[in-house]
Amino acid sequence: MDSGNTAWVLTASALVLLMTIPGLAFFYGGLVRRKNVLSIMMQCFVIVCVISLQWMLFGYSLAFGPDFHGIIGKLDWMGLAGVGATPNPDYSGGIPHYAFMIFQAMFAIITPALIIGAYAERVKFSAFLVFTLLWTTFVYDPLAHWVWGVGGWMRTLGALDFAGGIVVHVSSGISALVLALLLGKRIGYNHKPIRPHNLPFTVLGAALLWVGWFGFNAGSALAADGLAANAFVTTHIATAAAGITWALVEWWHNGTPTILGAATGAVAGLVAVTPACGFVNPMNAMFIGMIVAVVCYIAVAIMKGKFGYDDSLDAFGVHGVGGTVGTFATGLFAEKVVNAAGADGLLFGNAHQLYVQSLSLIVTVAFAAIMTFIIFKIVDALIGMRVEENNEVVGLDLTQQSEAAYTVIE
Amino acid sequence: MKLVIAIIQPHKLEAVKRELEAVDVNLMTVTNVLGQGRQKGVTEIYRGAKEAGGLLNKVRLDIAVNEDYVEPTIQAINKGAHTGSVGDGKIFVVELAECIRISSGERGGLAIG
Repeated sequence: MDSGNTAWVLTASALVLLMTIPGLAFFYGGLVRRKNVLSIMMQCFVIVCVISLQWMLFGYSLAFGPDFHGIIGKLDWMGLAGVGATPNPDYSGGIPHYAFMIFQAMFAIITPALIIGAYAERVKFSAFLVFTLLWTTFVYDPLAHWVWGVGGWMRTLGALDFAGGIVVHVSSGISALVLALLLGKRIGYNHKPIRPHNLPFTVLGAALLWVGWFGFNAGSALAADGLAANAFVTTHIATAAAGITWALVEWWHNGTPTILGAATGAVAGLVAVTPACGFVNPMNAMFIGMIVAVVCYIAVAIMKGKFGYDDSLDAFGVHGVGGTVGTFATGLFAEKVVNAAGADGLLFGNAHQLYVQSLSLIVTVAFAAIMTFIIFKIVDALIGMRVEENNEVVGLDLTQQSEAAYTVIE
Repeated sequence: MKLVIAIIQPHKLEAVKRELEAVDVNLMTVTNVLGQGRQKGVTEIYRGAKEAGGLLNKVRLDIAVNEDYVEPTIQAINKGAHTGSVGDGKIFVVELAECIRISSGERGGLAIG
């Protein structure tokens, strides 16, 4: 047992929780209208509660339990049976199995929480709850097993995803797009963003995401070692590069740099460096940040308006697109000099890695899209995914929760 | 001169503004207000304590116009804010005794436009 590693992984777990609450709750909460801010915070908060229990009861076993034909984990670890304070050599050489389990729990929590951005301001709370539970069980848990589980087929194939570019960001991003298309636009959405009600909240949320992401990425080394430091540095550099690049691009394109742009760029940078952070050097991390800012800017500011789908808070535009950029970038910039357990990318003479990354990406996109479609149809038929028009107009805070965020008069 | 006061659904503000601009009414003051009419309020719950009949958010527009513009203004607001259900709001028209533009000192009809 290594006390240093254990201390870092437990700390990193708390940092990853910080990303969902309050990070994402404030990031998304500031972007919606004042009548819906509590609905976002409620969704983020409840995901933490519900998925934590799902993970303990059976989710962790599905994702990391003993392998069943590379597809899923067996249910041997239901209720954390056999998972304890001693290390499991498969996943956590120097740290308690519990530490690995709770670190992974925080990833299972934030992934469905990212999708909130797609159905914001119009989803029925009961439907959201059922959808989230089904999506985590039938999309996230299998994907986590494929990429990270011992025996998982993508891991066996050699796909590189250090901290969750495919598992977390591509899967949630593409599911977000499918949901936005199936659910339809918000009433009054007219191909241009609805004005955010509290940008300081959004900036606060983005800043908390940035801080928490060190746990997400550097924690994924599962040790307090050089690789963790590499991931920490590359994460920071890519984020810094993406934040300033986005602001510069919109300065050039729209005439002014904005804080919402810088914050969005930073999040895009965090997303893109996620799969790459433990395989690339800082210089290439900077390039990844610059590339993803430009690509996501095009996706969010130009493509979304052209196609007219209402990905309300850009869950697809930032996480889906950014995760895709990061997955490809890992296939380009990865090098064994950084991480001997990884592989060389195309720029270091290994074109095969780019092929493996592309294949993993395509399968993930197809799997997440089809499953999201099916789950949506089931929940929509049983409960109805969208609130009634009148409720959407009054706002989800009052109609779904009977509470208001702000008083106009005491 | 008349003062047109409209109480409308907040989400209809954009549409009303568009309709007003279409009839060349471009000057207005907009405020957030609370109100209750036939629509009745909503129930709010805080730690189990129920508060029935809470007031609903509305938007109030204050528009000062010359006589020729009174009817077009009313029509435009109606067009933008009408859905046909309770809660659409109300329009009040009141006499306006005087209007002064602070920057120039102009008064009356000149100051309104």
